[in-house]
Amino acid sequence: MIDVDIEQRLGAFHLAVKFAVEAPIVGLFGRSGAGKSTVINAIAGVTKPLRGCIRINDLLLFDAGKGIDMPPEKRRVGYVFQDPLLFPHLSVEANLLYGQRLRPTMEHFIEPSRVIDLLGLRALLRRAPKALSGGERQRVAIGRALLAQPRILLMDEPLASLDVPRKTEILDYIELLRDELHIPIVYVSHSVPEITRLADAVVVLSDGKCLAAGDVDAVMGRLDLKPATGRYEAGSLFDTRVSAHDPSHFLTTLAFDGGELIVPELDATIGDRVRARIRARDVSLARRRPLEISILNILSGCVTSIGDATGPAVDVQLAIGATKLTARITLRSFQQLDISAGQELYALIKAVSFDQRSVGYA
Amino acid sequence: MLGLSPEELGILALSLRVALVSVICSLPLAIVVAYGLARLSFPGKTLIDAIIHLPLVLPPVVVGFALLVLFGKRGPIGSFLNDWFGIVLAFRWTGAALASAIMGFPLMVRAIRLSIAAIDQRLEVAARTLGGSRLWVFVSVTLPLAVPGIITGTLLSFARGLGEFGATITFVSNIPGETETLPLAIYTFTQVPGGDAQALRLSIIAVVLSIVALATSEWLTRRAERMHIDDRR
Repeated sequence: MIDVDIEQRLGAFHLAVKFAVEAPIVGLFGRSGAGKSTVINAIAGVTKPLRGCIRINDLLLFDAGKGIDMPPEKRRVGYVFQDPLLFPHLSVEANLLYGQRLRPTMEHFIEPSRVIDLLGLRALLRRAPKALSGGERQRVAIGRALLAQPRILLMDEPLASLDVPRKTEILDYIELLRDELHIPIVYVSHSVPEITRLADAVVVLSDGKCLAAGDVDAVMGRLDLKPATGRYEAGSLFDTRVSAHDPSHFLTTLAFDGGELIVPELDATIGDRVRARIRARDVSLARRRPLEISILNILSGCVTSIGDATGPAVDVQLAIGATKLTARITLRSFQQLDISAGQELYALIKAVSFDQRSVGYA
Repeated sequence: MLGLSPEELGILALSLRVALVSVICSLPLAIVVAYGLARLSFPGKTLIDAIIHLPLVLPPVVVGFALLVLFGKRGPIGSFLNDWFGIVLAFRWTGAALASAIMGFPLMVRAIRLSIAAIDQRLEVAARTLGGSRLWVFVSVTLPLAVPGIITGTLLSFARGLGEFGATITFVSNIPGETETLPLAIYTFTQVPGGDAQALRLSIIAVVLSIVALATSEWLTRRAERMHIDDRR
């Protein structure tokens, strides 16, 4: 449980944020300047809020009213920064063990050899940080934070300084850590694909305020949060399990509570939990089930809400089972189909519009 | 030894002792002051900065005179040290060490301060979140990364100590075997007829000493940097 209720002033920027969430991975989402880093710096104890309190699993880290301000070294909060910030005068191994050596043995619950193997660092131990690639450095930074035996891991845009293949690689490692080490993670990002792929709960920040906090599907699907997420692609999330493979056509079928989705072939075993995201503009709507059409995914659902219908595009949200699906269509189509709330419609999604980055292990 | 006379060896040994003691005693304070100036902001910082730099701009004789007034047997600090600890600095080699420490202090602080200011502060923040106390982070991260600056500052101060003349002769006078360091001895020889050859010999020793000191610091700096950055074995 992460319970934050703080106020902070940095120059002209004013932050007043209050949220409480519990999830294996909590996404802290917002544009740059929304106050994401301010919030996690306060959780880590790197900066001191003006007012309020911070609690992690009922442990009070900060309470301005009671005069409690635990120093960062006592908080046991692992912090992975945007830049790896490895100690240049120490080898990879000494970097990894820097924090562990400072914790009493009774607080040790993460084994160095386990972390080294999980993050694939075995061959790098004797190297100097300077001799590593960007992705390797960030992996060492993650390992170093984990070996300080934290109660919680904070990651501040850990992929920001990496290229796309490295990003994918680190994302895979983060998912592995969550599944293997069961350590709660707060993941800060301005990227919708990263948040929706990793996070179970999300906190949306904008201009120093908390706009929403809760289940990632519910929050990211909300049409009224478009101003905060606006410059990014609106979309919907499917929580699914792999139900079948069709190797002859290079396709995989995913089952979710409202039906099935066909996506390009995934490297996953049947029964695996997979999260798929589809952009709103990749969803078409039809009043009747179309026939003789190339589109593989045709899902029926009821219109639950309709976004702003004054611009050139209108967002229409359908309920398909318990899953909310948003379709972005033109105002002209919206008027031609004469869409209203409660109406039954068919949503059409091309299988090929699910790309590699939008489907991942959940 | 090396074709040097016992007198010359004595002068050389005294000079080295004065410079080494001054450097060793002032280094810890210089590191603390440099850290304070590089990292902390407090009222009066500019004033402290100016006072530390004063020996760099004042005529050395003025510094020597100030030392004589303060640390002389009847001076406020000198009499206190004498009464309570039996320490006398005026007209002793320890006084010469104090004079060169003060003259070299700004050079030492400057070099160390620059190298501390160049360290990414986020490294220290990261070390704190990993469980390091303020003091431990200073010892395990800041100090090792400041080593090149510490070496440079030490060398500059050491060289300044070897060459120190004005403050030394004013504060502790020119007593053979006690306060007559290399520059003072050279000066003495130039003042007596026929002393030029001796002055030349001592000057050559001074040149050699400076080159050795420079080369040693260069070697130490390289070694420190190599240890830091690439041990790509």
